[in-house]
Amino acid sequence: MSIDVKKRKKSGPWREVWRRLKQNKSAIFGLIVILTLIVVAIFADQIAPYGYDDQNLRARFQTPNGDHWFGTDNFGRDIFSRIIYGAQISLKVGLLAVGIALIVGGTLGAIAGFYGGKLDNGIMRFIDILLAIPSILLAISIVAALGPELRNVMIAVGVGSIPSYARIVRASVLSLRDQEFIEAARAVGASDTRLILKHIIPNSLAPLIVQSTIGVAGAILSAAGLGFIGLGIQPPLAEWGAMLNSGRQYIRDYPHMTAFPGLAIMVTIFALNLLGDGLRDALDPRLKN
Amino acid sequence: MHKYILRRLLLLIPVMLGVSFIVFTMMYFTPGDPARIMLGESAPEADVQRLRDDLGLNDPFFIQYGRYVKNAVVNQDMGRSYITKRPVFDEIAARFPNTLKLASMGVLIAVVIGVPIGIISATRQYSLFDNISMVVALIGVSMPNFWQGLLLIILFSINLAWLPSSGFDTWKHMILPAVTLGTSSAAIITRMTRSSMLEVVRQDYIRTARAKGQKESVVINQHALKNALIPVITVIGLQFGYLLGGAVLTESIFGISGVGRLMVDSIKSRDMLVVQGGVLFIAVTFSIVNLGVDILYSFVDPRIKSQYK
Repeated sequence: MSIDVKKRKKSGPWREVWRRLKQNKSAIFGLIVILTLIVVAIFADQIAPYGYDDQNLRARFQTPNGDHWFGTDNFGRDIFSRIIYGAQISLKVGLLAVGIALIVGGTLGAIAGFYGGKLDNGIMRFIDILLAIPSILLAISIVAALGPELRNVMIAVGVGSIPSYARIVRASVLSLRDQEFIEAARAVGASDTRLILKHIIPNSLAPLIVQSTIGVAGAILSAAGLGFIGLGIQPPLAEWGAMLNSGRQYIRDYPHMTAFPGLAIMVTIFALNLLGDGLRDALDPRLKN
Repeated sequence: MHKYILRRLLLLIPVMLGVSFIVFTMMYFTPGDPARIMLGESAPEADVQRLRDDLGLNDPFFIQYGRYVKNAVVNQDMGRSYITKRPVFDEIAARFPNTLKLASMGVLIAVVIGVPIGIISATRQYSLFDNISMVVALIGVSMPNFWQGLLLIILFSINLAWLPSSGFDTWKHMILPAVTLGTSSAAIITRMTRSSMLEVVRQDYIRTARAKGQKESVVINQHALKNALIPVITVIGLQFGYLLGGAVLTESIFGISGVGRLMVDSIKSRDMLVVQGGVLFIAVTFSIVNLGVDILYSFVDPRIKSQYK
């Protein structure tokens, strides 16, 4: 009898998703790259051979060599170490910006979808207003108003992504709120908050997980874009976009200064997109073409 | 149809009021006194106060916002740049053609590359062409366009010396910026066209067309494509709006005098009225493009036209 129970536990819906995801080689490749980046970011102090701001003016503009794998920049700082510390910043911005968007957008979407009527109309018109401003411009305006710091960049990028999460959660809530299991929970006296948090949100996780994975990629890209035009995280912090910006003026003679930060951004976004595509196929195989 | 367009245009009014309110509020609370910026750090406090009175900067927030909206709507007056002292509207209008040209060329490149590759990939699913184009498309989506722009400058301007790396005067100047801006959109359009085509070619009416013995080219071009293109048009419209905003980065790389670069420069010199005007201008254009796309649907799909009442 106990064996039966164990067997049944092993065939839960998430196990099924994991089984499908495991079969997708490119998604697993993406997952491995992301996990490696997370480990590198956590242990940056131990892995990086130099500090992110260790200057050595006698070793400026070195091309890649045994001491400096990715070369050095105009202050003689080790680009490899700065890329490693940059992973910390990029992942932090990506995850927290998506977290902000997910919490604010998700709450707005859940309230709009669950209560409907004027509240829904009001919230969705607000979302329409946010949607009318291209997200990078919204982020630029917010950073202009709050100042270019790490925390403000996270807020700026996060606010720009609120509409997508609000729309996804609202659509899920609308499709779920009249289902029988919700009616049953309500009949036994569950409060609205409990209905939303315990019954509706867990059932709309699939599109949210996919959007969040791709959203982290978008957030990292936006933050790097802000850094590139000098409105993001400021030097000497090692942010990949800002590194690209400072390497730009030496592009003719020292292209390695722009090559490695650019590659770091691309590999991260590529891996997140592979994982996002794989998760979408695993969570909803009907979408797979 | 006319009623629908009118209703959509009217709906733009509250959205634009909302956008202007959000942007005005952000700029209002931005640190830095506009009167001080205009007169310079060494100006006497009395002069600064007098200018604040003249500009109405001492009025309550809502009075200032109301005056801004009234002037913008009635007189097309969005204030004057703190730095150049020229009307904000003129500053933006002088640069908007470049941004529009850049975004249009970006979209054109994206469509010319994205739609055919998407169609071929779908008709030859899992072939070598399909696999390669999907990997390239994913790389295109993942590559930051500001980095790609720098790589194109290294290759085509510095090493090969074929194309100029800055300016926007002749068609030669436009190639690199347009390719830089259009690549990620091309990749998105390729993926969308492919998945939309795959969805359509599995429908019963396509099977029927094939069963009747029609040539594959007729099945694809006359039956599948028209229906597959509807979601693609949505994406193209959204991409156009995105490129208008995204042009900020491309303009900055290639030294193009567009609205995006004007805004970045204005932020750095704390010329907030210009930033405010730029965001509003792009938001209005973006919303009008989206309306245009919705209207375009009706020409592609008569079923949608019948819903526009």
